[in-house]
Amino acid sequence: MNGPHDMGGFTGFGPVLHEDDEPVWHDDWEPRAFALVLAMGMTGSWNIDEARHARERLPAMRYWHSSYYEMRHDALILQLIELGLVTAVEEKQGRMAAPPKPVERVAKAEMIPAILAAGSVYERPGNQPQGFAIGDKVRIRTINPQGHTRLPRYARGKTGEIVAVHGTHVFPDSSASGQGEDPHWLYTVRFTGAELWGKDTKDAVCIDLWEPYLEAQS
Amino acid sequence: MPHDGHHHDHDHEEGSELSPIALRVKALESLLVEKGYVDPKALDVLIDTYETKIGPRNGARVVAKAWTDPDFADWLKRDATAAIASLGFTGRQGEHMVALFNTPETHNMVVCTLCSCYPWPVLGLPPVWYKSMPYRSRAVIEPREVLKEFGVEMAAEREVRVWDSTAEVRYLVIPERPAGTEGWSEDKLAGLVTRNAMIGTGVVTLPA
Repeated sequence: MNGPHDMGGFTGFGPVLHEDDEPVWHDDWEPRAFALVLAMGMTGSWNIDEARHARERLPAMRYWHSSYYEMRHDALILQLIELGLVTAVEEKQGRMAAPPKPVERVAKAEMIPAILAAGSVYERPGNQPQGFAIGDKVRIRTINPQGHTRLPRYARGKTGEIVAVHGTHVFPDSSASGQGEDPHWLYTVRFTGAELWGKDTKDAVCIDLWEPYLEAQS
Repeated sequence: MPHDGHHHDHDHEEGSELSPIALRVKALESLLVEKGYVDPKALDVLIDTYETKIGPRNGARVVAKAWTDPDFADWLKRDATAAIASLGFTGRQGEHMVALFNTPETHNMVVCTLCSCYPWPVLGLPPVWYKSMPYRSRAVIEPREVLKEFGVEMAAEREVRVWDSTAEVRYLVIPERPAGTEGWSEDKLAGLVTRNAMIGTGVVTLPA
């Protein structure tokens, strides 16, 4: 989707404000919001692509106005209500009004270190032939899907060169929409600044892109 | 959780000093605990982990080792996930690592234009500016101007190569080792390496 999250190339958001010796949190509620998002993710009720897609579906003005942890919190509530894990009334009142739904797992404190250290590997065995190799020129397809995609708008229709091959990985466009992991070849494609922005520059941008986003440059 | 009036009133009084978002987060936490979906002690462990255990000091150790051990640097280039795991840094948001070595010809800089992907096991949680709209929007189109805002003036003849983390591959920049550090121990070198240098919005310099 061409959502508010697809930020590359925008101007008008002002300078990058950075602080020296920045603390991990800026308010007491931030760590609680962060931990709730992670702990609910560990129940196995959604995958990472569905979680990202929930954030992208927040209303654009709200997305741009929210701090990072506000946005994560709002997207978490959206998912909880959509899946029926929480009702809108419960969310408003902060107390249980309907019985809980079964979840795959409740992460107990003692399980957390092992869960974090293991992570989730996204490379999968694939049955697709590898279509491109390092050095190949590729053109990025012009697509405007209604659902989730990890193809940024600023790269669509542009031509680049394959600089790395990462094996076959879970394909977010499928994974975010309940169509399974659908693994595809993942490449890093290098684009010149001139190609992307029409600027006289020697700078470049490298983007990780799955094979369905690419076509051979004839 | 009991729902006697006293407990509820107590919550309410505490809450009156909290911002709307703080109140909403607090309410959601008690609801999710009450429904049995989350263990409150697990929340404490998660917070403590990213507050005190996982942070940019991890990445600094990777960089310092790469500077002092050519075999390790070579391993990092070939298989960064395994090389970094050998130092004990693995897992969530670092499952597929790539190390980007800065050279006199190329300066690398990492962004996630679509969300805020970041290599947690080596750098911890991202700083606010990394997740901000200005950085996400501008890093790819005007990286040199962004670098100037970080006080980094990049020589015209050097390529600035920006890496947009659109997949589950996570990037760690290996900055150039500053001159004048010959013979330094790994620990001393690690003390020089900043978080920004490992994202590519900084360079490593000797203290003045």
